[in-house]
Amino acid sequence: MSVTAHAHADDHAEDHAHHHKETFVTKYIFSQDHKMISKQYLITGLIMGFIGIAMSLLFRMQLAWPGESFAIFETFLGDWAPGGVMDADMYLALVTIHGTIMVFFVLTAGLSGTFSNLLIPLQIGARDMASGFLNMLSYWMFFVSSVIMVISLFVEAGPAAAGWTIYPPLSALPMAQPGSGMGMTLWLVSMAIFIASSLLGSLNYIVTVINLRTKGMSMTRLPLTIWAFFVTAVIGVISFPVLLSAALLLIMDRSFGTSFFLSDIFIQGEVLHYQGGSPVLFEHLFWFLGHPEVYIVLLPALGITSEVMSTNARKPIFGYRAMVASILAIAFLSTIVWGHHMFISGMNPFLGSVFTFTTLLIAIPSAVKAFNYITTLWKGNLQLNPAMLFSIGLVSTFITGGLTGIILGDSTLDINVHDTYFVVAHFHLVMGISALYGLFAGVYHWFPKMFKRMMNKNLGYVHFWITAICAYGVFFPMHFVGMAGVPRRYYENTAFPMFDELADVNVLITVFAIVAGLAQLVFLYNFISSIFYGKPTEQNPWKSNTLEWTAPIEHFHGNWEGAIPHVHRWAYDYSKVDKDGEYIIPGQDFVPQNIPLQEDEEELNH
Amino acid sequence: MTTFLIIFVLVLVAIAIWQMTKIFELSKLKTEDSQVANDKDNRYNGYLLFAFLIFIYGITIFSFYKYTKVLLPEAASEHGGEYDYLMLVSFIIIFFVQTITQALLHYFGYKYKGEKGKKALFFADNDRLEFIWTIIPVIVLAGLILWGLYTWTNIMDINDEDDPLIVELYAQQFNWTARYGGADNVLGGANVRMIDIDKANVLGLDEADPYASDDIIVKELHLPVGRKVNFKMRSQDVLHSAYMPHFRAQMNCVPGMITEFSFTPTITTAEMRLNPDVVDKVKRTNKIRAERAANGEENSDPWEFDYILLCNKICGKSHYNMQMKIIVESQEDYDAWVKSQQTFSQTMASIQ
Repeated sequence: MSVTAHAHADDHAEDHAHHHKETFVTKYIFSQDHKMISKQYLITGLIMGFIGIAMSLLFRMQLAWPGESFAIFETFLGDWAPGGVMDADMYLALVTIHGTIMVFFVLTAGLSGTFSNLLIPLQIGARDMASGFLNMLSYWMFFVSSVIMVISLFVEAGPAAAGWTIYPPLSALPMAQPGSGMGMTLWLVSMAIFIASSLLGSLNYIVTVINLRTKGMSMTRLPLTIWAFFVTAVIGVISFPVLLSAALLLIMDRSFGTSFFLSDIFIQGEVLHYQGGSPVLFEHLFWFLGHPEVYIVLLPALGITSEVMSTNARKPIFGYRAMVASILAIAFLSTIVWGHHMFISGMNPFLGSVFTFTTLLIAIPSAVKAFNYITTLWKGNLQLNPAMLFSIGLVSTFITGGLTGIILGDSTLDINVHDTYFVVAHFHLVMGISALYGLFAGVYHWFPKMFKRMMNKNLGYVHFWITAICAYGVFFPMHFVGMAGVPRRYYENTAFPMFDELADVNVLITVFAIVAGLAQLVFLYNFISSIFYGKPTEQNPWKSNTLEWTAPIEHFHGNWEGAIPHVHRWAYDYSKVDKDGEYIIPGQDFVPQNIPLQEDEEELNH
Repeated sequence: MTTFLIIFVLVLVAIAIWQMTKIFELSKLKTEDSQVANDKDNRYNGYLLFAFLIFIYGITIFSFYKYTKVLLPEAASEHGGEYDYLMLVSFIIIFFVQTITQALLHYFGYKYKGEKGKKALFFADNDRLEFIWTIIPVIVLAGLILWGLYTWTNIMDINDEDDPLIVELYAQQFNWTARYGGADNVLGGANVRMIDIDKANVLGLDEADPYASDDIIVKELHLPVGRKVNFKMRSQDVLHSAYMPHFRAQMNCVPGMITEFSFTPTITTAEMRLNPDVVDKVKRTNKIRAERAANGEENSDPWEFDYILLCNKICGKSHYNMQMKIIVESQEDYDAWVKSQQTFSQTMASIQ
């Protein structure tokens, strides 16, 4: 660094922003600025999302028109679609990688990574994350794991194909399935790096929220977004290491001949030496992460929804404390419900009873959240921006998908719908679609903060309405497919005449899925063109209360010129009136958090 | 069906074009350049939210109208009736809540659509309301939990009362085998390490175990109606799941351990074939298959209803075609069938 830069930095008191001479590499690539890192997360996540969704369209086409030849299969799958007909192993590989990419790379890193990074420092009034370096490391490990996962698609024997849950022995034995060779090795390596990345990120988020809140920002004044990100990070720290241990033990079984998960196996004409391990142990370890993972995906989406909904309803979020309590209750319960994925795994039925009990309990805080969202809309002045529509859409799919959880969480009822399309419909609505809506709501809402420009609202409306209709069109009829007894992960249903009459439904679902996929191109176009040609944003386009809108539009490392703003109220003083029924600040229906209490104003901190 | 699809896609395309032209208009007129929702946007999207509510109800009604018939027929096992009843009650609760909450959500979205100058109500908290919607789910869920747990405990209580038939379900990539205990109704010891393909001992039975000698190994599962069956499941390679949807029964098959499930079949295959729902289903299916035959396609033979055992845990390439026929029949038919089967020791003797 040059001498002048030193002098320049010394001139500023500690409270001031740091102006470093940034090179291209430190600004755009190995950046330690949380805002740039959040953009890196978002764009990487969206690219992975594009791959994941494209895969789902391919296997949906196979399901609707089984055994049919498509030129598009040959183009994308090459030797795995001889003559344009998809290979059965490839089908399983597509299903597996679709699940892996969507759950981990899009909805964990793409959603939580993007918005935790963007919003935690900006909304709590911090210059940056507690450790910018670890934050950078976290992103680049995520990037490396994404690259490895994509590389695994090009392995000769095919990528991992044992389902995203990679239950051994299928995932452990290359002779059981070609994808369990090199493809699975790369999958495990990629996920191990991903977990390390996620842990670095989460620890950083936790420390930042606890230590770097600005003056006046007590925990009970935190916006619900931050509460959600904070608690998500805590769950991640608790559960991701367990997945790492599962992955490590599986690597041992695969490569070093240990028997953690394997026992008594006779395959392809010979007995293997494995003795004494149990696949059920793997299921426990996997779901100890796997279920909290659902909430790692969902809580940030709910947090974003709380913020977007309150801002656009011009009303405080209803029941702030109940919302925080629900987040905490969901987080706690989420770590003790994993067994509901294993009711019929062969574990002791008594355990099934315990997990039924805890699982159905989690419906209570979820119901409270849903009711609170609905009440937030009541008597509001709803500004139906695209972000707001996606938030309302999220509540809708969260309810629809969540309700069927009452069936799946009940060990008795799970018996006959376990692993059928009923499950697929349930979790896609409640965590897949809902979390995606949260991601979209976040992108539309904070795009001006990230890219200094506005996204086109009309394209946003087109995007939302087509997506909303198609999401229900895909997943509502799918419940019936499951209740008819069709198992998931079937390459085709033609081997069972009893499923013949379901061919129609599958065509309908696939048509909706393709239309929904095309609608995402509208978003993609809007996103890219708005980055370059969007209308330049105002300081506070949505008239929001939170601190990020007090920071200058121009990005620089440190967020605020001069002193960090102090906080004097909670984040939800929308349409607050004094005794005479006038707005607290005349002519303005919102009071940002950095505005001191006015004379005679009562702090209504709920 | 196809017509419906085409119409639907056309409608979607029309909506898209309509919206696109609106965008075009707006961009041309330049009346307003703001990308923040204005009163007009709020109005349009408010109406659309209401229309969306109707869409949700519509697709619900459509699905029920169109797809109720594809659901599984009446349960063919003793606990299945109770299972179906609990399912029905849960569904009634779910649809009640779904109808109301979706209505409130979308109706509020429509009713309170924003207008310039309108004042929202500062309504941040209400203990009584929150108490009500916490306590109602608590009570309803408590009921469901207790009922579910009671049923679960009954189903999963696998015991030797009432002289159950002991049957082993043996899974491997990609087929099922069933083993009966034979005359003594006791399964002989077995382990994958004793598999001897050359001697056709494919399930790894202990040839020295006297209990094993009268075991019967078959590729078609026959069950006498009205007698409790205790299944012991084994797998020799990867995880599989024995899924018998008509009996509301499922259990994973795990290499290295023996898992169990138990049920009592109550309806014979012959009786089930006369069930009106099943008769209709067979008719519809055979119509589809006749069309296929007319087009010269494969997989078009007429179908006759049978109970079926499916694999329901991803197990590899042919997971989608791992099945075994189940036949429930009268005790006499069952006995006659058993008599016609070779025992393990007879099979061994015939090979050596």
